[in-house]
Amino acid sequence: MSALLEVDGLVKHFPLARGPLARLTGADRRVLRAVDGVSFTIAPGETLGLVGESGCGKTTTGRLVLRAIEPTGGRIRFEGEDITALAGGALLPFRRKAQIVFQDPYTSLNPRMPIGRIVGEPIQVHRLAPRPDIPARVTALLEMVGLQREHAERYPHELSGGQRQRVGIARALAVSPRLVVADEAVSALDVSVRAQILNLLVELREKLGLAFLFVSHDLGVIRFVSHRVAVMYLGRLVEVASTADLFRSPLHPYTQALLAAIPTIGDGSASIFDQPGRLIEGELPSPIDLPRGCRFVSRCPHRMARCHEVEPPLAPAASGHVVACHLYENGHDEQGGPA
Amino acid sequence: MSAEILLDVRNLTVEFELDGTRLRAVDDVSFALRRGEIVGLVGESGAGKSLTSEAILRLIACPPGRVSGEVRFRGEDLLALDERALSRIRGKEIAMIFQNPGGSLNPVFRVGDQLHEAMALHLPGGRRTLRARAAEILTRVGIPSAATRAREYPHQFSGGMAQRVMIGMGMSCSPSLLIADEPTTALDVTIQAQVLALIRRLARESGAAVLLVSHDLGIISQMCDRVIVMYAGRVVEEAAIATVFHAPAHPYTRALVDCVPGAAGYTRLGTIGGVVPGLRALPPGCRFHPRCPVAAPRCSAENPTLRALADGHRVACHLAGDGLPVRRPA
Repeated sequence: MSALLEVDGLVKHFPLARGPLARLTGADRRVLRAVDGVSFTIAPGETLGLVGESGCGKTTTGRLVLRAIEPTGGRIRFEGEDITALAGGALLPFRRKAQIVFQDPYTSLNPRMPIGRIVGEPIQVHRLAPRPDIPARVTALLEMVGLQREHAERYPHELSGGQRQRVGIARALAVSPRLVVADEAVSALDVSVRAQILNLLVELREKLGLAFLFVSHDLGVIRFVSHRVAVMYLGRLVEVASTADLFRSPLHPYTQALLAAIPTIGDGSASIFDQPGRLIEGELPSPIDLPRGCRFVSRCPHRMARCHEVEPPLAPAASGHVVACHLYENGHDEQGGPA
Repeated sequence: MSAEILLDVRNLTVEFELDGTRLRAVDDVSFALRRGEIVGLVGESGAGKSLTSEAILRLIACPPGRVSGEVRFRGEDLLALDERALSRIRGKEIAMIFQNPGGSLNPVFRVGDQLHEAMALHLPGGRRTLRARAAEILTRVGIPSAATRAREYPHQFSGGMAQRVMIGMGMSCSPSLLIADEPTTALDVTIQAQVLALIRRLARESGAAVLLVSHDLGIISQMCDRVIVMYAGRVVEEAAIATVFHAPAHPYTRALVDCVPGAAGYTRLGTIGGVVPGLRALPPGCRFHPRCPVAAPRCSAENPTLRALADGHRVACHLAGDGLPVRRPA
């Protein structure tokens, strides 16, 4: 199957403001390397989970893919067409096919618009239906996401967080997209409501054949919704694998540490917090002054001399499983790596 | 567990007067903590878990709040103490850490000075001794080059480091109870694990009891010995970790555990229909009955009281025990 979305070497550098002294001396502008050479594909109907800690560049990646911000480098192909350089009206067909659901249902809906207009506006903008037909389309969309016709007349403040997130989903689906970027779409919700929204997303995905780039820091959520998972660290992908493979045999030391740190529901007999050896130390270095070599080197329990010098490329370690780590190079297989 | 009871909360009720109506956010909550025990207080937003923990230390402004009931700490009712007597306990015997570590530190004072100030309130010793102690505490909570870091300001600390400072400050006077209100909600998962491991280690080393407030069932299950489940201002179930997560008796607890994505291989999560009721529209009888899959007519009429189902297992449900089949561990 040919890919719906192909991202190749995507780069986004944010230049930083220079201080007065730097301006006087004409020092180089420093840059924050938010996304620094990221490549992946998403097949039609596939959900790729993008997981990482705050500041790793996952949200920026989502925005780049949607052309909401301009990439510094790299290529984005959608349905085989290069959309990296498209501008203005030429982007409109792409905008209809790729939509976003935001994290915060409280700030992502216009408080002065009734729900019906919020959901109907994209239909109008893209001229997908004659004006008199829009209310019927809106009703159908609201019902599809588990709301009622009456909600069309209400305003965002009258709805609960979960209901607002349903509105956000209805708005994204109003234009019948093929790809939805869900940026921490359930992170702001309570446990029981989060489960409702996750079930809804999975149901709609099946019904409509939607592909998702599902950005989240929550590995439990990622495991539930994703077909494949990409793990991001400091602007780079460190590992990509099918969900089952990634959770069964994580290869990259960072992925292993991330999985070890999730507090899963246990029986109370042993605690992950009593085994400090399994938890990694240190914190995410700044994406402004990146370490030389592997970006994870400062926190890696398996670091070698080579890791300080050479940045490992993303390379296949098993079928459909790629990892960027020196431990798996030169024919080293899974057994050669850390347990 | 048979250690002596450290904190005994009885019929704690927190109300707020708003636009002439009285809203009851915490309703007749009773529970006890034993010495050295780590107990989780879990619930969704609006369950009243944070208010309960704040009421224990009398951190709720009254008015508009109204707190009633008893909070017995080592036999003494904190709600009846005068400010002077209370301030000898607050920060010394009972310490508290909050969700937002950045916001809990004063941005215009050096971190070491703030730590020093907290200790000077309660501990003997001159400036020099306490300063040395402050650096020692920073080292103990895992802050590298502590002496240098002590001279820095809060904005120079990351969220995880700031929370370590708060934990160090909380533990500096060797309290016998630490109340931690969502201490890692603002932190990343690897940092969260470091901070929770630190709290657990310090508590176990010093023998302090911990009341851990969290909405995250995974954290509760990994951190605590026992758990208290709250819903809409009331305690609905209380039991040891193994019981609550593998043989929960209250329909709400069961549903909550099923909502958590964790194990692989399922295609649908359990859900709870509807939403947590607002304080202005609390349903009569059992507050969970409108969302309860097994609600009986009795549930909408009568408020179920918290009753013992087994030793150390209490539940507030008319049907739990005989009306509901006990769920076996998977």
